[in-house]
Amino acid sequence: MNREKLIEKTFFLIACSALFLLALITVFIFKEGIGIFLKIGFAKFIFSPDWAPSQKQFGLFSMIMGSVWITIGALIIGVPLSLSVSIFLAEFCPKKIARILKPAIELLAGIPSVVYGFIGVVILAPLIREYLGGPGLSVLAGSMVLAIMILPTVISISLDALHAVPKSYLEGSLALGATRWQSVYMVIIPAARSGIIASVILGMGRAVGETMAVIMVSGNAVRIPHSILEPVRTLTSNIALELGYATGMHREALFGTGMVLFVIIMILNTAAYVFTKRKVRK
Amino acid sequence: MKNTIITNNLNAYFGKTHAVKDINMKIGERVATAIIGPSGCGKSTFIRCLNRMHEVIPGTSVRGDVLLDGKNIYDGDVDPIELRQKVGMVFQKPTPFPTLSIYENVSVGLKLNGINKKSYLDEIVEESLKKAALWDEVKDKLKASGMSLSGGQQQRLCIARALAVKPEVILFDEPCSALDPISTTKIEELIQQLKQNYTIVIVTHNMQQAARVSDWTAFFLLGELIEFGKTQEIFTNPKDKRTEAYITGRFG
Repeated sequence: MNREKLIEKTFFLIACSALFLLALITVFIFKEGIGIFLKIGFAKFIFSPDWAPSQKQFGLFSMIMGSVWITIGALIIGVPLSLSVSIFLAEFCPKKIARILKPAIELLAGIPSVVYGFIGVVILAPLIREYLGGPGLSVLAGSMVLAIMILPTVISISLDALHAVPKSYLEGSLALGATRWQSVYMVIIPAARSGIIASVILGMGRAVGETMAVIMVSGNAVRIPHSILEPVRTLTSNIALELGYATGMHREALFGTGMVLFVIIMILNTAAYVFTKRKVRK
Repeated sequence: MKNTIITNNLNAYFGKTHAVKDINMKIGERVATAIIGPSGCGKSTFIRCLNRMHEVIPGTSVRGDVLLDGKNIYDGDVDPIELRQKVGMVFQKPTPFPTLSIYENVSVGLKLNGINKKSYLDEIVEESLKKAALWDEVKDKLKASGMSLSGGQQQRLCIARALAVKPEVILFDEPCSALDPISTTKIEELIQQLKQNYTIVIVTHNMQQAARVSDWTAFFLLGELIEFGKTQEIFTNPKDKRTEAYITGRFG
């Protein structure tokens, strides 16, 4: 066997090991978690709002709703912000400013999540408590912190999508007597639509999966929230908070939580993949 | 003959690159004027100066005057948006709006001007598509996406779109270079008809095309206007050696 072949095979094996690890994690989570579904039933585990491990009550619904509320909140705040930034960067921003702005936004992705959580606890939560009421650690605090954390993801992917729109579309529209904004709104955004949707879905995945900052700012109470000022616990928080001391069925229930999260993230990523692969409508 | 466009010492730059040099040209009303020359001679840049599309590219600049019906389009009080409705443009690659239907593609220019009356739009869409020789092919599928048409049809759709806003001048920037021979013939026939009612300027690297569709021809080389005259004379009896060398295929 010659050198080329050897190198090729080596890389192939190393690449396979990454896939193998993914498979291993998947199998492990499902192996550890499947028991709870069998013991208390799928419907009860997902749809019961009662979570009391000491009384052997394992229902995830409060946490699912917690994740849903916080994620939707993060999207409501974060998506308009991110899309405005990427539209500005792609279409209106002078090159010099873009050269500073873009790395600055990418830097946001590099800040550890515990730092976001810390700022949320120290500054955001007291402000909410004082001006809006409630305990401060709440859906709103969680959503606001997450909104900032998803910015870099949504911005960089939607920016790529906007940049990928051929220049000729813009020129065609300008030559017709459209203003810059009319062209962006009528031509560029629709043409970049699938990439923009993918960026939002990936941002959503990031919001659902985030743990540390959410534990710190959202209060972690196990109940279905009725207002954005109430504390909530998300699926990820549930695992992180309790896995340290869980045994037996409790432990299985936490792995079951992991399975639910795993499936949600898989669905979101697949959706994003489908949207990025989809070309301009024929 | 009346002149629609007159350029006085027109210069265009990309950053420091001097792409178009001191062009003085008089473009006649309701005739087709062809601009020919080898790649990179500044012909596309020149016509993009005629509807202020050159300035859309960052880092570019223009010096000199372009008079449209006697009014300098580079004067401070001229709105480039309004100007571009008077001076329409058709590009090398067909550029229908990807998410709009055929009908919307044609009517969009009017909608931009706040015209929303359905009966009027219907009328203009039909009229423009007929003028662009596309009506018979698309009249039953006006709701279909503009992207569903063939390349040649898309190009005629872009011509219809430009016609809908009732321009005075239509600029063609190598309109056939991305098309097959049959579509090319159709576009050429169309230009022949359109010049009855519109002032046409067409950039082409195809000399036969220039000879077929135009009344006047300008030969550009390295950003300069080398020769400008009646098409027939340029092709049969060029005065400049460089023009002769180019049209006989010795370079370019």
